[in-house]
Amino acid sequence: MTVAARPAQIRTEAETALAGFLAARPEVQNGPAGEAQRKAAGVFALKGLPHRRVEAWHYTDLRSLMREAWPLAAASASAKAPAREGLRVMIIDGVCAVLPASSPPGIKFTALRDAMASGGGTFAAQLFPDIGADDSPAALNAALARDGVVIEIAAGVKADAPIEIHFTTSAGAPRSEYPRCLVIAGAGSSLTLSETHASAARVQRNSALVCWLSEGAQVEHVFHTGDAAPEQHIATLLGDIGAGAGFQSFALVAGGSLLRRQCFIRQSGERAKIGLRGVSLLKGKQHADTTLVIDHAVPRGESRELFKHIITGSASGVFQGKVLVRPHAQKTDGGMKSQTLLLSGEAAMSNKPELEIFADDVVCGHGATVGQLDTDQLFYLMTRGLPKAQAEGLLIEAFAREAIEFVGNGDLRESCAAALTRWLETLN
Amino acid sequence: MNKSMLEIRNLHASVGGKEILKGLTLSVKAGEVAAVMGPNGSGKSTLSYVIAGRAGYEVTQGDVLLDGESVLAMAPNERAAKGLFLAFQYPLEIPGVTTHTFLRTAMNAQRRARGEAELTTADFMKVMNAASGKLGIARDMLRRGLNVGFSGGEKKRLEVLQMALLEPRFGILDETDSGLDIDALRIVAEGVNALRTKERGFLVITHYQRLLDHIVPDSVHVLSAGRIVKSGGKELAHELEKNGYRDYVADAA
Amino acid sequence: MAAVQETVDRVKSVDVDAYKYGFVTDIASDKAPKGLNDDTVRFISAKKNEPLWLTEWRLDAYKRWLTMREPDWAKVHYPKIDYQDLYYYSAPKSTPGPKSLDEVDPELLRVYEKLGIPLREREILLGVEGAGTRVAVDAVFDSVSVATTFKAELAKSGVIFCPISEAVHSHPELVKKYMGSVVPVTDNYFATLNSAVFSDGSFVYIPPGVRCPMELSTYFRINEQNTGQFERTLIIADKGSYVSYLEGCTAPKRDENQLHAAVVELIALDDAEIKYSTVQNWYPGDKDGKGGIYNFVTKRGDCRGARSKISWTQVETGSAITWKYPSCILRGDSSRGEFYSIAISNGRQQVDSGTKMLHLGKNTSSRVISKGIAAGRSDNTYRGQIFAHRKASGARNFTNCDSLLIGDTCGAHTVPYIEARNPSVMFEHEATTSKISEDQLFYCMQRGLSGEEATALIVNGFVRDVLQQLPMEFAVEAQKLIAVSLEGSVG
Repeated sequence: MTVAARPAQIRTEAETALAGFLAARPEVQNGPAGEAQRKAAGVFALKGLPHRRVEAWHYTDLRSLMREAWPLAAASASAKAPAREGLRVMIIDGVCAVLPASSPPGIKFTALRDAMASGGGTFAAQLFPDIGADDSPAALNAALARDGVVIEIAAGVKADAPIEIHFTTSAGAPRSEYPRCLVIAGAGSSLTLSETHASAARVQRNSALVCWLSEGAQVEHVFHTGDAAPEQHIATLLGDIGAGAGFQSFALVAGGSLLRRQCFIRQSGERAKIGLRGVSLLKGKQHADTTLVIDHAVPRGESRELFKHIITGSASGVFQGKVLVRPHAQKTDGGMKSQTLLLSGEAAMSNKPELEIFADDVVCGHGATVGQLDTDQLFYLMTRGLPKAQAEGLLIEAFAREAIEFVGNGDLRESCAAALTRWLETLN
Repeated sequence: MNKSMLEIRNLHASVGGKEILKGLTLSVKAGEVAAVMGPNGSGKSTLSYVIAGRAGYEVTQGDVLLDGESVLAMAPNERAAKGLFLAFQYPLEIPGVTTHTFLRTAMNAQRRARGEAELTTADFMKVMNAASGKLGIARDMLRRGLNVGFSGGEKKRLEVLQMALLEPRFGILDETDSGLDIDALRIVAEGVNALRTKERGFLVITHYQRLLDHIVPDSVHVLSAGRIVKSGGKELAHELEKNGYRDYVADAA
Repeated sequence: MAAVQETVDRVKSVDVDAYKYGFVTDIASDKAPKGLNDDTVRFISAKKNEPLWLTEWRLDAYKRWLTMREPDWAKVHYPKIDYQDLYYYSAPKSTPGPKSLDEVDPELLRVYEKLGIPLREREILLGVEGAGTRVAVDAVFDSVSVATTFKAELAKSGVIFCPISEAVHSHPELVKKYMGSVVPVTDNYFATLNSAVFSDGSFVYIPPGVRCPMELSTYFRINEQNTGQFERTLIIADKGSYVSYLEGCTAPKRDENQLHAAVVELIALDDAEIKYSTVQNWYPGDKDGKGGIYNFVTKRGDCRGARSKISWTQVETGSAITWKYPSCILRGDSSRGEFYSIAISNGRQQVDSGTKMLHLGKNTSSRVISKGIAAGRSDNTYRGQIFAHRKASGARNFTNCDSLLIGDTCGAHTVPYIEARNPSVMFEHEATTSKISEDQLFYCMQRGLSGEEATALIVNGFVRDVLQQLPMEFAVEAQKLIAVSLEGSVG
């Protein structure tokens, strides 16, 4: 194999290290999966890490935020964790370490490494969709993905209990990992998916979750990253939502010094409903970026987004949301809202809600507000005897609760609310 | 005055490929108030929209003539200029366009189409103030966006105000009583009655007889399944009020 | 303005193809050689008999321009411009410097008459007596200002209103102090190009405490073929003063594209207020996108003083490509910026326009109302930035941008950047995209309006908030212009 000249975009120490990871990948399988991974590596080689002048990364300059690339987590370092009750998958150091001991009929769990061992086989096209494919960090995950989990729900199967995918690391030296997971929901199936992130070491995690919803499938996804969050985390969600399907995703973000959560959701069938919501609780020097691209490719889709940021310390938040309505995607109904509370003098927020519309018979709108607590409300509560701090706490909690209420699963909703309360307590 | 003013001949019309009117024949003379009554889904609103020329209402057979001239090939505004007025069941809201501006624009558009001189602002104000006073429409309502934030009663009164100002040859009232309390109904009916002349015809479309206590019709026609199934005098309305539409629905089926 | 009446009366049944101001006037002109180099810059400077400092200022700008790249982030597409294939200076031959209107080429006066802009004060007085207002006009033809009216009367109240080429000589201290202080020479590619080759434009200075006794107006006309227009406007409102300024633009119909890269700088000192209104009606090209003006303009206001206020109102119906973001730097405490915009695109037009409100001082406020209307095969983008600096405590912004689509072959886009670096800010942004409903159209048509009249009426309702910001004379003209530019957009 000849060594190609280093492309101009690979400049920094981190980029050089990442290019090294790509070059040192074990011989890629032939077949469609290998092909897709080679293509993704090409995207990264061409673009490098995104920076300020890349519009979608304007507020999160990864090239300067990611000074170095920590070594890839060694596959052998994966620890075995005891299997727990319930449908829980554990991804440790990027390796699928635990699968549920038994699974209900119609639900199938496969470690991604096993699924890919045969060249990706039937999964390849779904594992590497052409959604968000020119985003270089997402491409990096695609190129370096070696393990994760594939979850298949057969048509018509309704999973009662939530399925959890828990990502963590073993203790030890700093490392980086690129897990990738795939969920395939058959026609008319329904499931609740909980995605939780933690780590026991300094980690750069670049994770991806790909969801395919066939006609009429209903999926609720709850993403939670909290106290022991990865230090640097890029979490990509790719979704393809079929006709009449419903996809609801909620994210509770608290913790980690750098988080970029990006969702690329494509509505590929008519009358699909997409709901993306979240609460970001930021303090200290945290930087959290939520970026959404909702692609209404066909008519009669509905999308709703609601994101709340509460920012204190010298933390900074970013919300970018693009609603794209393609030509002929008539009767699209889109509504996006971003609301931010800034609680300290050094807190910062950047909002970029975007509409890109090529069909005339649509109703789309967005709203964004940035501000402080309502002084009238605060006053009212205080006249009723609440101390200022408590009154503030109450109002902040109510502000965030409005989004949390959208979590459909009761247990997950309660655990999000509890995490909010815990976070608020740390402020006092 | 035996010539018919509005003549509907064997009208077949469909919406979205589904036939709603199935051979409707009806004739209204100048000076006559004809009531069309019918149960839900009989085609009442379709009839008003077809006469006014709303897009998507396809006439597959038959004709509609005003003063002996077919209107089917005309655009809605051309029909309006010929003197056809439809009081909508659900008047539209148009934000940012004041009622005042809308009325003047519409009056002048029609005058222009008929080759008449446009009204000066002063003349327009005079006419409008007089007419709105009669209907109890407050001045500040005219300065607001057209129908924006108006109550059901206010919207209907405004429809009648428009009719008074535009002085149509023929007025169609589509379920004008829906959503009105008894006081609002009386005001609206008085407004309509004031416009009754020997030269002007009306088609009053309604589900209930109560409107016809206030606007007493010369003839009553029962619409069922897209056709006129019975015609008679005003006593027919009372009969319907007593017995309901049951007999006619059965007949049609 | 007499232009109003003419627009009203004569513009009937025109579509994008039948642009009203598309006539070409045959006037002998004095041109710089084609192309751009040091000598072109010196030629322009010499033509204006400029002082050395300005020649050097221009040459410095040119040198920097050579190192810059044409911006490509806007949602507009056009073939690469060959900057060596343009004329950078063109002046009607009988000028420069007519001492009075009697010396102005009569052919030129007729051009402005045809455009509805009378330049003889006597005629202006006759023409607008009924309206009860007077407007002082600076007429810029290709590269030079050909006439400025009411100068004497304005001078009585201390107002300076003259071509900038004249101000360089008569008020060098003001020009030197303020030119380039709002839009730095290297601000962006087109502003830097303008700094090197700007030809003429208006200069306004309102002394402290003076309320300018009449509306000031500049009327821009591009006539020559292959000629770029690079005017530069500088308006200074000293403490406690007020001025309302109007700008109108037209150009002939030509098959090739013409470049317009202007720079407008506004400075408002303590308690001063500047109201700047534009009705931009450059030739938009024909319905297939052939010809038309490339309108790459840098407009920025600096609310330098406490409690100062700058308000931009624009009605954009022309140009093949519009790239402009009239902005406010809210530097003075309690200063206020406003941006009201109607941007209409039809045919193959591309509009990428919006504003920047940069909150730097304390308790500053801003308001942005943008109404974009896309028809035909056009693309219409609102791009706006609201920024509050860490020290901008109490900053307030309200933004509303609505888009309306007419037909399914056009695009409407909203790209706001909302950046808060201070916790006591209150930023509110809302945006909607919708269409004119069939039901609304039918309702209006049932009352006798034609499809186009109904569309125009509904659109006028849609843009009403912005129209109300325009001075009366302009509002009427703008309303008619909206109807005209949407003709042919309804099936």
